[in-house]
Amino acid sequence: MLRQTGKRLITAIPSLIGVIVVTFLLTRVLPGDTAAYFAGPAATPQAIAEVRAKLGLDQPLPKQFVRYVRDLAHGDFGTSLTTGQPVISDIASRLPASAELTLLGLVIAMAIAVPLGILAAVRQGSLIDHACRIVATAGVSLPVFFTGLLLVYAFYFLLGWAPAPLGRLDVFYTPPPQVTGFYLIDSLLARDLALFRACLAPLILPAATLAIFSLAPIARMTRAAMLSVLASDFVRTARANGLAPHRVIVTYAFRNAMLPVVTTLGMVFSFLLGANVLVEKVFAWPGIGSYAVEALIASDYAPVQGFVLTMAVLYVLLNLAIDLLYGVIDPRVRIEA
Amino acid sequence: MSGAMRMEPGAVAAPAPPAKQTSLLSHARHVIGENPVTGLAFGLFVLLALCALLGPAIAPYDPLASDVAAKLQAPSLHHWFGTDEYGRDILSRVMVAARLDLGIAIFSVALVFALGGVSGVAAGFFGGWTDLIVGRIADTIMAFPLFVLAMGIVAALGNTVTNIVIATAIINFPLYARVARAEANVRRDAGFVQAARLSGNGELRIVLTQVLPNVMPIMVVQMSLTMGYAILNAAGLSFIGLGVRPPTPEWGIMVAEGAGNIISGEWWIALFPGAALMLAVFCFNLLGDGLRDIVDPQRRT
Amino acid sequence: MKRRDFLKSMTALAAGSALPTAPAIWSPAKAQARQETLLIVSESGPNNLDIHGVGTNVPGYEVSWNCYDRLISHEMKTVNGTPYYDRDKFKMELADDMAIGDMSVTFKLKKNAVFQDGTPVTAKDVKWSLDRAVSVGGFPTFQMGAGSLTKPEQFVVLDDRTIRIDFLRKDRLTIPDLAVIVPCVINSELVKKNATEKDPWGLEYTKQNTAGSGAYRVTNWTAGTQVVLERNDKWTGGPLPRVKRIVWRMVPSAGNRRALLERGDADISYDLPNKDFVELKDAGKLTIVSTPYSNGIQYIGMNVKNPPFDDPKVRQAVACAIPYQKIMDAVLFGLGRPLFGAPADYRTEAAWPQPHKFTTDIAKAKQLMAEAGHADGFETTLSFDLGFAGVNEPICVLTQESLAQIGIKTTINKVPGANWRTELNKKVMPLYTNVFSGWLDYPEYFFIWCYHGKNSIFNTMSYQSKAMDALIDGASVAAAEGDKAGYDKDVKGFVDLAYADMPRIPLYQPYVNVAMQKNVSGYQYWFHRRLDYRALVKG
Repeated sequence: MLRQTGKRLITAIPSLIGVIVVTFLLTRVLPGDTAAYFAGPAATPQAIAEVRAKLGLDQPLPKQFVRYVRDLAHGDFGTSLTTGQPVISDIASRLPASAELTLLGLVIAMAIAVPLGILAAVRQGSLIDHACRIVATAGVSLPVFFTGLLLVYAFYFLLGWAPAPLGRLDVFYTPPPQVTGFYLIDSLLARDLALFRACLAPLILPAATLAIFSLAPIARMTRAAMLSVLASDFVRTARANGLAPHRVIVTYAFRNAMLPVVTTLGMVFSFLLGANVLVEKVFAWPGIGSYAVEALIASDYAPVQGFVLTMAVLYVLLNLAIDLLYGVIDPRVRIEA
Repeated sequence: MSGAMRMEPGAVAAPAPPAKQTSLLSHARHVIGENPVTGLAFGLFVLLALCALLGPAIAPYDPLASDVAAKLQAPSLHHWFGTDEYGRDILSRVMVAARLDLGIAIFSVALVFALGGVSGVAAGFFGGWTDLIVGRIADTIMAFPLFVLAMGIVAALGNTVTNIVIATAIINFPLYARVARAEANVRRDAGFVQAARLSGNGELRIVLTQVLPNVMPIMVVQMSLTMGYAILNAAGLSFIGLGVRPPTPEWGIMVAEGAGNIISGEWWIALFPGAALMLAVFCFNLLGDGLRDIVDPQRRT
Repeated sequence: MKRRDFLKSMTALAAGSALPTAPAIWSPAKAQARQETLLIVSESGPNNLDIHGVGTNVPGYEVSWNCYDRLISHEMKTVNGTPYYDRDKFKMELADDMAIGDMSVTFKLKKNAVFQDGTPVTAKDVKWSLDRAVSVGGFPTFQMGAGSLTKPEQFVVLDDRTIRIDFLRKDRLTIPDLAVIVPCVINSELVKKNATEKDPWGLEYTKQNTAGSGAYRVTNWTAGTQVVLERNDKWTGGPLPRVKRIVWRMVPSAGNRRALLERGDADISYDLPNKDFVELKDAGKLTIVSTPYSNGIQYIGMNVKNPPFDDPKVRQAVACAIPYQKIMDAVLFGLGRPLFGAPADYRTEAAWPQPHKFTTDIAKAKQLMAEAGHADGFETTLSFDLGFAGVNEPICVLTQESLAQIGIKTTINKVPGANWRTELNKKVMPLYTNVFSGWLDYPEYFFIWCYHGKNSIFNTMSYQSKAMDALIDGASVAAAEGDKAGYDKDVKGFVDLAYADMPRIPLYQPYVNVAMQKNVSGYQYWFHRRLDYRALVKG
């Protein structure tokens, strides 16, 4: 197991290096002159040149790259122009917000898509199968920001059921003492149920938006995996032996179908982390997605670099976790490895 | 044909009747019959294609002509889809935008197939260094949050339609490369490939003329899904301000601009392009599912 | 609309009783807190709490204005029912007495002036702060220089409570420049304790902490999310503000900001599209205040150094081809003062901004183009600042359409906000739209930055004219010497010249719009156009 983990990490290193190089080049190609920004309005070309020299931006690219990597090694991701803070502290404070939102969205999506997929597989070709396909596909066919805005309009503006899209928490509550950074968990740890409810309320609409968007791949994969498992020999045997259909489906078929579903979940999670930049913008969610987008628009490239690197590392860890989970679910995989 | 055949001396036997093969067309008809939703998707696709081809010719108004006196009008007999904040007719803009959006979808997919498909097939077929390089490139791209990478590419290169197409192609590259590679790997030592080798075809020629066409059907499914994704991608970029330039009509940018008007009650500005966009993506997704049913040999009975 | 109200009332009732997450107003303790807090929503927030900081953005100016005091400020007058700062009447803030001499001005500080940490405000603090303003470079130093305040030697400490500021030259703008945001008085001892060798002015400390004597202090700042300010009960700069606590939240989506205002969940916002302001005003549930920008103009500029815009006839053709009224209607929804279409017999006044005589006249434009030898038109780009896309983009779309009618084919070039200054600096954009306004509301101030041959960054057209320079310099000198007749003559002169040569085409004078709940009052218009929390009242 340890050797497998080690091997996995080593193969990830070239991609990480590639990411660092590509991000560096990409941000240097971005239009926008940091030196002009720092020199302020009404700066003469000479003043801008001075600031450029001070920031080291007049050095040849390879030298700048070396300096950048050296800073990275020291944990210095640079400073953001738009927030004025060190990028690493911005990311540390904003990552839990995005992660909490994405996880809740995934949980909601699973709760709907998995039963739907199983049902569609069990009653293949029926109305439910078609309905499942249409509903799932419809969810993924709308741009995610549009879905978000529609939900805000319907549930906040018209009906008043959802709280104001002001971010993670209403202005009159203080966040729970920081343990994990996940407000839901931290408020439960602090045994403050009222706070828990106050943290849950703003999460629902954005999580629902993400869930609608991720229904399709999960439902589709569940359906496909269940279909292939239901056609297999051991299920036929179970049925022939007279086991109740419910037991056949849940205990035997689904357990075996879980493997590809888990892979899909991992893929969907990493896709969502990248896709929630738009959802965060609509709901004023203080996550890393909105952080990166605002920085990119402002040609503030240190946060963009930090964001991309953080995500790359997270993907590697995520894939590793999924592989390990594989091993837990399916012993054959462990033995083969 | 039934009955015994009388063989006249010296006559050549009439050729045997052709074996009943399931042709692609009849198989397709069968699948559509089985699955009406796929049929619906095909119909929608035809409608969209017609709009794209004929759009500018049959649109009632000039999509770029502003008429400030008529701005922000709800749908009416004069303007079936209403007007936007410049007084432009939304129906005309939606119809003309079909061309641009389908264009973006088709070109993105063509580009990514050319790049990813060919690289993947080469990687799977030749193995060795080719495989290693293509694999590394794909892994590096996959390590990025894909939408942010697209944003970065468009921000760096400038927001033109060409760059949006390029960005979409780049972020879908790993998927195509991976699928193509897997398929090529399977067929590397297949019978027909050996035969082509024996008849003296160069390796590259084999890849392009033998393997690639065999890989196509599987890829077509993926291409249909990517077309929907390309349109959504362009819409997302427009929401951030990195989409096409005004005043070009494009569904995504129309939705993004109209989104702010929902709260003030002018729902038609975002709804109609949004519905068009959704129908197009929906159509491509269902089409992909349907094509998968047609193309997947395991499903053929 | 009626169905929406009905639904809202029914579901508010249902929501309050049935759902676990009742809105804050249903709890009495929270209701009290809500009443004492003012919630401001805007699109973006500060990136630095100190205006002297490197690269501080405009929202940062608002924090500086409310958390620090200056020697003097302005009295208020009323314009169209709104309290408006009085450019000519000064009010003592930290100073108690101002004695203007021939080449200097002497201030005596208030006896009871204290910083927020309790230490008294002394003349040494004032000198340190003013030295800092002229030494840190960037925007603050540039602004100080606009009033001829450039050298630390100009600031002389006479005793603990007295400071003298020496003039480099007679400049009418020096005293007003002491009332702008930049020369704020900072708690020098506190900041010096937190300064380092690499950072002698303590800019890192003041970036995150307010260290002043102002009416408010920042108690919590999460960059990009919110700023929380609490009242300083020991404030001596004026009557104690009524609002105890201010929460300023960043909400990127304009639709959501409007929704928050309409539902009563936010108290005040000035960051909405013009269309929303007009609709909210018509609906009558909120108070909307619209005030013209002082000394501010939105214009179409042309680079007069490069063909074809070096030909005045081409520029005049463009001036005749701009869809002025369409812009007023579709972009501003009437919330702006037109600066076009002055009647033929209009007489130039010694004031600024003023309207020019051009209107939309396509026939005349085509004729001018033909006279200039461009009957077939030409191609060019039309650029704008994406940071203000809400207004700039529609202006460009409508202008593009109109210019096409006289043969000028333009491609629209969206420049991201962060790069806009750089692009302006390069001075290569042939055709663009921009807005400029000056904190010091004097015509010569505007013209020095925008039309003078000194070619500052704001002279985006690269306009050079010896005649213009002479008129502008003449006006400045006349103002310094108090020669009203000479001043008026030169101002009218340079305005007429600007409208004859037309290097830039003024479109309108923009309005600053603010939307507030009905129970919020006390909004004042200031030259910096940001909110002054000190006069706001809730309830």
